[in-house]
Amino acid sequence: MRTTGVRVVAATVLAALTLAMGACAEDGSGTDTGSSDAGAAPGTIKEGLKIAFLPKQVNNPYFETSDNKGGKSAVEEFKGAYSQTGPSEASPSAQVSYINTLSQQQTDVIVVSANDKDAICGALTEAKTAGAKIVTYDSDTKPECRDVFVNQATADGIAKSQIKLISDAVGPDGGEIAILSATANATNQNAWIEMMKTELAKPEYAKLKLVDTVYGDDQDEKSFQEAQGLLAKHPNLKGIISPTTVGVAAAARYLSGSSYKGKVQLTGLGTPNQMRAFVKDGTCKAFALWNPADLGYLAAYAGAALASGIITGKEGDTFKAGKLGEYKVGAGGEIVLGDPFTFEASNIDQFDF
Amino acid sequence: MVVDTPVREPVTPPSRTRARGVLGSWDLLVVVALIAVIIVGSLTIDGVGNPRFYRFVILEAIPIALIALPMTLIVITGEIDLSVASTVGLTCSVMGWLWQAGVTSLPLLIAISLALGAVLGAVNGVFVTVFGLPSLAVTIGTLALYRGLAYVVLGDRAVADYPISWTTNMIAPIPGTVVPWFVLVVAVLAVLFGVLLHATPIGRGLYAIGNNAEASAYSGIAVLKTKFWLFVATGVVAALAGVFWTFRFASARADNANGLELSVVAAVLLGGVSIFGGRGGLLGVVAAVALLGTLRNALQLADVPANALTIVTGTLLIASVVGPNVVRMARGRLRRRPPPAERTQP
Repeated sequence: MRTTGVRVVAATVLAALTLAMGACAEDGSGTDTGSSDAGAAPGTIKEGLKIAFLPKQVNNPYFETSDNKGGKSAVEEFKGAYSQTGPSEASPSAQVSYINTLSQQQTDVIVVSANDKDAICGALTEAKTAGAKIVTYDSDTKPECRDVFVNQATADGIAKSQIKLISDAVGPDGGEIAILSATANATNQNAWIEMMKTELAKPEYAKLKLVDTVYGDDQDEKSFQEAQGLLAKHPNLKGIISPTTVGVAAAARYLSGSSYKGKVQLTGLGTPNQMRAFVKDGTCKAFALWNPADLGYLAAYAGAALASGIITGKEGDTFKAGKLGEYKVGAGGEIVLGDPFTFEASNIDQFDF
Repeated sequence: MVVDTPVREPVTPPSRTRARGVLGSWDLLVVVALIAVIIVGSLTIDGVGNPRFYRFVILEAIPIALIALPMTLIVITGEIDLSVASTVGLTCSVMGWLWQAGVTSLPLLIAISLALGAVLGAVNGVFVTVFGLPSLAVTIGTLALYRGLAYVVLGDRAVADYPISWTTNMIAPIPGTVVPWFVLVVAVLAVLFGVLLHATPIGRGLYAIGNNAEASAYSGIAVLKTKFWLFVATGVVAALAGVFWTFRFASARADNANGLELSVVAAVLLGGVSIFGGRGGLLGVVAAVALLGTLRNALQLADVPANALTIVTGTLLIASVVGPNVVRMARGRLRRRPPPAERTQP
C-alpha cells in the first residue's frame, strides 16, 4: 500500500517535470508573423493588420455597438483582420487570460477596455513586448501599460453639451433648472457640475438659473423620488439635467407619467434603449452620450496608425481616422473622441445599446 | 439517471485495493486526455505547445492547483469547502488594506495573510465539527460572509501600488526556462499532500471517513479533529493563493478570484474524486487542473467564444461525475464478478 502511494507521488512529480521540460525545450520559437511591411508608403495604414477588440465583457450591447459596428467597419475600411474576443463576465483576471491569448496569436493591435487599471497591466506589457500595440478605449489602464487611450469625452465637453441641450429645450425665456446627480461624492459628477456652473455664468445662458442639485445615488427608485421632490419643491422649475444614465431614465419615467410632461424639460446622459420611449412620447427632446460606434471606429484607426508607424503615441502626433477626420494625440497619450453625441427623435432608432 | 446507491463499499482491505485499481484507470484516462489535448492542439491550433503557451497555462492554473490540493482531501472525507474563493478575496483585501496602512514588510504581510486564512478555515471547521452542520451549507454561508467582509475592508477600491519588484518576482520564471518559479511551491505542496493522503495512516483515515464516518469513529479515527484541521489547511492554502493572486495581478480587490471555487471543485471532480467521499487521488486532480487549463487556453487560441467555453467546462464536469461510475460498472461487468451483496437489493 505504502509503495503504491509513493509511486503515485513520484509519477506526479515526473509528469510535472516532463511538462516543464517540454515547455523549456521550444524556447524562442514563433515570433514571426510575416505581417506586411512591404509596400506601405509612409503615412498610410498597412493592409492586413490583425486588430482585436477586447471589451470589458462580451454580450454587452454597449460594446457590441462599439466593437462590432464601429471597430469592425473601420478595420474593413483599411483592409485589416477584425476580431472581438473577451470574457463573459467583467473580471480583470479573465481579461488577462484573453490578453495572453491575443499576444500568442501575434495580434498587431489590442484594443481593450480595462476592467481594472492595474490588474491587466502585466499582461499588456507582456503583449507589448511580443510586438502588439495597445489601445485602451472606454476605460483606461495606467498610462505606461498602453500606447494611447481613446477617451470618449472630456468633462468640459460634457458640461457644455448638457447646458446647450437644456437651454435649447427650455427655450429663449429661460427659467429655473436643477441637476439630478448620482452620489454626492462621485468625482466625475462633481467635476461636470462645477463645469456646468462655469458654463452657466456665460452671458448667453444668463436667463437660466440653477436652483438645486439633488442626488439619486444612481439608484432607480431614489432618483425617481428625487425627481418628484424637485418638482414639489420648485413649482417654477423649467428643466432638469441628469448627467447619469440611471438618473435620466428615472426622471423621464416620473415626468412622462405626470402632468409636467412636456412642460418641464429633461436632458442628461443616457442610453438610447433606456430613453427611446421617452424621446418618442415627448418627455425628453434630446439627450447626450458619446456614440460608442464612433469610439470603436476611432480606436481601430488609432491602433492601425500605431501599428503602421504613423504615430508613436506621443503628444502632438496626428493621424487621419477615416470619416471622423484628423485627430491629435494629447497629453498623456490621450485621444479625445470629441463632443458628446446628441440623440433625438430623428436619429435614436439608428442605435441599439 | 441510475442511482448506484452502494457507492461506498465496505472498508475492508481487498475492496479498497479494487477501488484503487478502478480509480487508477480514471487517473490514467485524465492523463491520456491531457496528452491528447496537447498533441491535437499543437498540430491544429497555432500557438498551442509553444513555451509561452505553457507559461500562461501554468500561471493561470497555479491558484486552482494550490486550492485543489487540500480540497481533494476534504472531498475525500465527504465534505466540501465552497468558501475558498471568498477566502482568497478576503485575504487580498486585508493584505491591500495592511499595505495601505503602512505594513511594508513582505514576510510580515504573508504571515498575517496565512494566519488569517487559518482563522477563516477554522471558522468553517468549528461550524462543521463542533456544531455538526453540513459543510455544504456552512461554506455557502461563509462564501457570502467572507466576500462581504472583503468589500467591507476595501470597498470597491483596488490597492495596486506595490513595489514593482514584488509583482514581477511573483511571476518570474525559473532561470533559463519560461516556467514560473511559483510552480515549485505548488509542487512541494503537492508532494506533501500526496504523501499525506497516499502514504500515511492519516491518509487512509481520510478514505475511511469518506466511506463511513461513523464506523471510522468507532474504529478509533479522530474524525472531527481530522476534518477540523483539513478546513484549517484549506484556509491557509487559499490564503497563499490570495497572496499569489494579489502580486500576480498587482491588484488587491474585494472581487479577486470571484467564482474560483467552481474551477477548483470542477478540477477535483474531473480528477476522479467522488463527490460522495471515499474515492480519488491527487495524481488525477493535478492532471485534471492541467487538462482544464490547457483545454481552456487552447480553445481560446482557436477563437472559441467565451460562452462556448463554459459549455465545454460544464460538459466535462458532468462527464467527470458520470464517467467514473460508468467505468466502474463496465469493469465490473467485464470481470463477470458476482455483484456484491448490497447490489442485489433494489
